[in-house]
Formats: sequence, structure tokens, C-alpha cells
Amino acid sequence: MNATIKILLVQMKAFITKEFYHVFRDRKSLLLLFGLPIAQILLFGFALTNEIKNTKIAVYDQAGDRASKRLIQRVEASKYFEVAAMLHNPAEIEGHFKSGQARLVLVIPAQFEADLARQQEPTLQIITDGSDPNTANTITNYLNNIIQDFQTDQKGNLQVRPEVRIVPVMRMLYNPQLKGAPNFVPGVMSLVLLLICVMMTSISIVREKELGTMEVLLVSPFEPILVILSKAIPYLVLSLVNLTLILVLSVVLLEMPINGSLLLLFGISTIYIITSLSLGLLISSVTDSQQAAMLLSLMGMMLPTMLFTGFMFPIENMPIPLQVISHVVPARYYYVIVKAIMIKGLGLSAIWKETAILVGMTIFLLVVSWRKFKIRLE
Amino acid sequence: MEEATVERGIRCTALTKTFNKGATTAIEDISFTVEPGELFGLIGPDGAGKTTLIRVLTTLYVPDIGQAVVDGLDIATEVKALRNRVGYMPGKFSLYQDLTVAENLEFFATLFNTTVQANMDLIHDIYVQIAPFRDRRAGQLSGGMKQKLALCCALIHKPTVLFLDEPTTGVDVVSRKEFWQMLAKLKKQGITILVSTPYMDEATLCDRIALIQEGRIMKIDTPQGILDAFPIRLFALKAKATYSLLCDAQAFDGTQSCFAFGEYLHLTFLDQEESTIRRFKDYLKDKKHQEVVFMEVKPSIEDCFMYLMKSEKQLKTAS
Repeated sequence: MNATIKILLVQMKAFITKEFYHVFRDRKSLLLLFGLPIAQILLFGFALTNEIKNTKIAVYDQAGDRASKRLIQRVEASKYFEVAAMLHNPAEIEGHFKSGQARLVLVIPAQFEADLARQQEPTLQIITDGSDPNTANTITNYLNNIIQDFQTDQKGNLQVRPEVRIVPVMRMLYNPQLKGAPNFVPGVMSLVLLLICVMMTSISIVREKELGTMEVLLVSPFEPILVILSKAIPYLVLSLVNLTLILVLSVVLLEMPINGSLLLLFGISTIYIITSLSLGLLISSVTDSQQAAMLLSLMGMMLPTMLFTGFMFPIENMPIPLQVISHVVPARYYYVIVKAIMIKGLGLSAIWKETAILVGMTIFLLVVSWRKFKIRLE
Repeated sequence: MEEATVERGIRCTALTKTFNKGATTAIEDISFTVEPGELFGLIGPDGAGKTTLIRVLTTLYVPDIGQAVVDGLDIATEVKALRNRVGYMPGKFSLYQDLTVAENLEFFATLFNTTVQANMDLIHDIYVQIAPFRDRRAGQLSGGMKQKLALCCALIHKPTVLFLDEPTTGVDVVSRKEFWQMLAKLKKQGITILVSTPYMDEATLCDRIALIQEGRIMKIDTPQGILDAFPIRLFALKAKATYSLLCDAQAFDGTQSCFAFGEYLHLTFLDQEESTIRRFKDYLKDKKHQEVVFMEVKPSIEDCFMYLMKSEKQLKTAS
């Protein structure tokens, strides 16, 4: 028995070595393997950000008193806004929008300080560029917050009796600066790991079919289950390397925290990777050409993952049928788990449900793909 | 005693395999026996069913009907043992293009639980030819070299039965010749070899051949036996204007078949009377063909194949 196992191990070692040769000798798969995660992280981190940083605004200060200057200083002190121009008459406002020099104009009324002191609520006007409603909305909210803070402070300053008034204080839990990274890093992780695993395994198996090497492998003493294992192990290892790469990049470049247990994160990621590998196996058993496998992996995996994971579009806002579909997307659960571990620093007790679903899916997919794997030609 | 020796070769009975739920019949009612240590050729054009038959015998396809025993093992029930024992070289070049010659050899040796060194005696003659390229990627080898490497890989575990699916397709004439010399040497080591080829001229290099067409075996015999069984007289014909000669010869009322064969046309008549031949010669003169060469020749395997094909078709249309 021991001798048999030793032979199997030697055979598997040879097979796995061969798989690594395939990967490292093919520039395209290398690029896919390591270029994709780096590109995604950099893209989402720097280019596709919806964070508000140094938004250029213009101020039309009709008052020009101490209070209005303090308000302007306050706005400028925040890292969200940069006062690009001081305007002197209302006609300039439109010009600044048209030339793109300002995305928001703050109009301060005359006798701002006097009005404040008299407890008359002065009216500030905020004009934004509605052609980009999302940004307009966000920056208006940001500015509103700053103005409210200012108002509260002023009341103290001017020694006015604070009236009884409820001022809503908003605080974003876990992500007070409304940074994008905590949201998309888990998203990129679920997307990249899935795509790479599914594509690499399905293509590498279908390539053997195309070249006819699968025929030789089948007509050999090598166990079919070992073919599957030997295909899966290299990509599992490479995916774990990839995961490390993504985490290092997010921590170093995007200042993303890892608040929870790193071991737990890797453990659950391994389960997710195995889910993805079995999906790849499944695709390889229903396709006969590398192109078909590639297309199916891309179309079949990328779109549902982007749509139904929740990192791009909130699942709660979707129509019920789509919400139902989202339940069969493994990435959805992985995304929740990663967010819980990395950002909230939670342990297994908080995410056991998602973990259990993921494990269940993995077992199901493994069994199905193993049964679908043909030990003969069709 | 005779039964026992047959068991170690290949014996198949009434093999039928269809595809698309029975809509396409790839092979039909195939029965033949290959003796141990015999070099047996499956000769037939593309699409005749050669690959399907080999895949059935190597357990890659399950036949719809029929049984087969390869090296004493049933292809239906003893799949695993059989896969240990046979050597198989698929028609498509089946090695890893991005691995070097040495890496390919070592990979397949390990897969079959052996080493390249342990089997050197068997592959030595072939190995010395590819050894200079051992560090070259398999994808960059010439067609002939690729086939030699693939043969080495198929032989690495000392198979008792070797299946070669069109090993010489797409290979130059010299390499084809060398390849067949290697097969002859392997045969001497006692390996049973079943080889398929669309090249009729390679048929004479086999001990026995099966002529296969549209999924059916038309005839099984030694190459000489098949040649001797050619029942009618065969003539070779040549003239200055080859194409119009072909048209005229086919239009002649006494012609049974006429097709191009190298620089000559090969011609058979419906009856074997001298009078028909004289009438044909006059006919050619009437048609004013110049530099006519007309002689009786011995048939080749291709002639036999064409003849058998034609008579099968006539049988079919008659029934």
C-alpha cells in the first residue's frame, strides 16, 4: 500500500511540475495570473474611485465679514475641497462651471455675520453642476456637513444661547472617511480569484483535449481523479500567491486595514478558491475549445460576480428575482466574509453562516464536476 | 493452444459505434483478429472509421454493440488493466508543445511508473535520433521528429500492444520510411502493432491489412493476398492530353473504372475479352489521342481498394 501511495505521489509531482512549466512558459497566462490582480487593484484604487478629494469650488462671498471668512477657511481646511476662485459678481458663476474650474459654487449672503448673531438663519446658496448628479449630490452632502459643524461652533463663539435644536450628526461606521478601498478590495478579491481560478483550470484542461494529450492521459495508468487534483493544486498555490499579492498591495498602497485574523482570511479564501477551481472543472467538461472555455469563464463568471456580489450595486435595491439569483453566486458570500474579517475584524462566529454556505457550495460543485469529468471521450 | 495465442493479440467481434444518438454510424460490424507480434494495418481514406475503431480498442469509446479483447483483457470490463498495458499514439500530435523533448519523455515515463533509462533498450534506436534535440521544445520540432518523439513516449512503458493512429500523416517521405523501419524493429521485439494509415503504399509494409471504407471492413488479408485476389485485368494508359484522355476513357462503353494513378490512368474493362481491348484501342485512335501508351500492369493496393469500393457500391445499389 505504501509503495502504491509513493508511486502516486511521484506521478503527481511530475504532473504538477508540468503544470507549472505550462504557466511559467506562457507569457499570456502569466500576464493573466499576475497582471489582472495588480491592474484591478490599481484601477479601482486610483482611477475608478468615487471618493471626494480636493474638489475645486468657487466662493462668491457677498458678506466679506469675519464669519464668512471663517466659514471659507473651514471649507478650505477640509481635504475634500479646494477653493479655486473667489468670485465678485454672479455673472462669473456660470463661466466657472462651463470652463470646469469649479464643480460647486458657494454663495454667502451679505450681512452673514450679523444675521448669525441675530439668530436669524442666514441662507447659504450651494450651486452644483447637475450634469454629474452623483458627484453633485455627494459633494453637497459633504459641504452641508461642514457648514453644520461651523454653525454649531459659531453659536458657541458668538456666545449666543444655544437653542434647543437637534442637529443630526452622521458618522460612517468602519469607514469614517468614506474611503473606497474598504468597499472594493473585498470585491476585487472575490472577482479576481474567481476569474483566475475558473479560467486557468478550464483552459488548461480544455487545452489538453485540444492537443489530444488528454487521450494519452486517459489511456495511461494515471488515475483520472489525480488528473483533476494535479490540475487543481498548482492553481490553488498560485491563487494563494495572488491573494497575498492583492492583500500586500491594498495594505501598502491603499492603506487598507486587516482588522481580523489573517489565518481565518486565508482559510476561507482557500475554500473560495476551491469553489472557483471546481467551477473551472465544470466548464472544462462542457467545452471543447480553449476559446469557448475562455468565453464561458468570462461571461459566465465576470458579469454575475460584478452584479450580484454587492460591491458595485447594492443587492437590497435589486428587483426580487435578481436578489434570488444573487443567492447562488458564491462571490456574494465570500465578499461578505472578507468585509467582515478585514474591516470589522470579526471572527468565525459572526460569519459561520456564510462560511457554511460556501463550504456547501464547494462540496456540491466538487462532486458535480468530478462526476462530469469523463474518463472516456465523447 | 491456438485459442490462447489469439487471446494475447487483438480480437474483436461485431463492433459497432454510432454517434449523435445513432444518427451517424462511424464503424459497423467490425470483426478481425490480430495475432500476437503481428503488424496489422488499417487502410482507408479519411472518415473511414479508423480513428473510431482505435479509440474503441483503447477504451476511449464504448462500442454500441460487439466485444473486443486486447492482450487478453476485455475492453468493456478490464479498462484499468488495459490502460496499463497498451501503448497509444493518437492521430493528433499528442505531446506537450511547451515542454522540451527530455521533459516530455520523463513526464510520460513517470506517468507510466517507469524511467527513461529502464526502457532504453526498447527506444534506443529512436532515442538516438531525437537525443540531439533533447532540450528543444516539442513544438519546435519538425513533423518527423515529433512523430518519433511521440512514438518514444508511447513505447516508454514497454506496451504489449501498440496502437498508432495515422502516425505518418503530414510527415515527409524520408521520415515516413524511417518510421516504418522502426515499426519493423519493434515488431521483432514481439510487440503487437495496430497501425492506421490513409497511405495505400504503406500497406505492403504490414503483415496483414484490413481495407476499411465507410465504417466497414471490405477485406482482410496479407497485402500479397489482396493483390493476388484482384480478379480482372488492369491496364495503364497515358497520352499527351491527360484530362481529355480520362474523359474519353470513362465515356467508353466497355469501361468499368478509370482513375488517375500517378502519371498514368488505371483502367479496367467490364469484360476481359481481347475484342474489347482492340475496340478500345480503335476508339482512342478515333479520338485522335497522341503519344498513347497502353499496357497491362499488376495491380497495387490502391487499385484493389478502388475495385472493392466500386463493387461494394454496386452491391448496395443492386440491393
